[in-house]
Amino acid sequence: MRDISEHTAGEDLIIKTSVRLMVPFIQVFGLYVIVHGHYSPGGGFQGGVILGASFILLALAFGMKTSQEYMTIHVNAVFNNLGPAIFIGVGVLCALFGGLFLDYSALDKLIPLGPVEWRSFGIFLIEVGVGVAVMSIMVLLYWNLSSGGAMDEGL
Amino acid sequence: MIWQIDLMILTLVVVCALVAINIKDLLGASVVFGIYSFLMCLLWAEMGAVDVAFTEATVGAGVSTIFFIAAILRTTRRSKD
Repeated sequence: MRDISEHTAGEDLIIKTSVRLMVPFIQVFGLYVIVHGHYSPGGGFQGGVILGASFILLALAFGMKTSQEYMTIHVNAVFNNLGPAIFIGVGVLCALFGGLFLDYSALDKLIPLGPVEWRSFGIFLIEVGVGVAVMSIMVLLYWNLSSGGAMDEGL
Repeated sequence: MIWQIDLMILTLVVVCALVAINIKDLLGASVVFGIYSFLMCLLWAEMGAVDVAFTEATVGAGVSTIFFIAAILRTTRRSKD
């Protein structure tokens, strides 16, 4: 087996500085894609992948430990479960208020905004759930793949 | 939709697919596969499916190439060619 450490980027100033400058903009763009998912191309999945890619970029340039300082394994585990919980929670809440599963207009009885506005806003809630789940799963996939499941060091 | 651009990108897509299958080096194959994904993204954007093109650009060309490279660095080469 080849030594993994010889493939790391090392202490390269250009890579580190450019990644440090790029990551905040990538994350803002990911949030924009999630929030504008029901107006324009994009949505929860694509925005979640972009948010996850920002953490993967951090792990590529600074090492896996640094990326785990910004998103710890425990926070990642919480996000893994929070995303599906938001999705299913909104759907079940709609069913509890007299509609069908994911029938957002039923949430009008909870907060009266009007059924049409709730149909638009419910899609946004679902997109947030999908985005959180996809982001954490992408980061977890990268951690596991590049470290052989140990999630301590690698690439 | 401009059929000349369609045909040009489609030819490059087929060439990239053949190269990605036939190339010996796994790292090179994953890089060529990334190029293939990006060309598919261009093709979809050109044909009007912007949402699919966006997904292909983020997942296909962006993240999956990194996943392939991260997996390839964990492999070993048995043959000596």
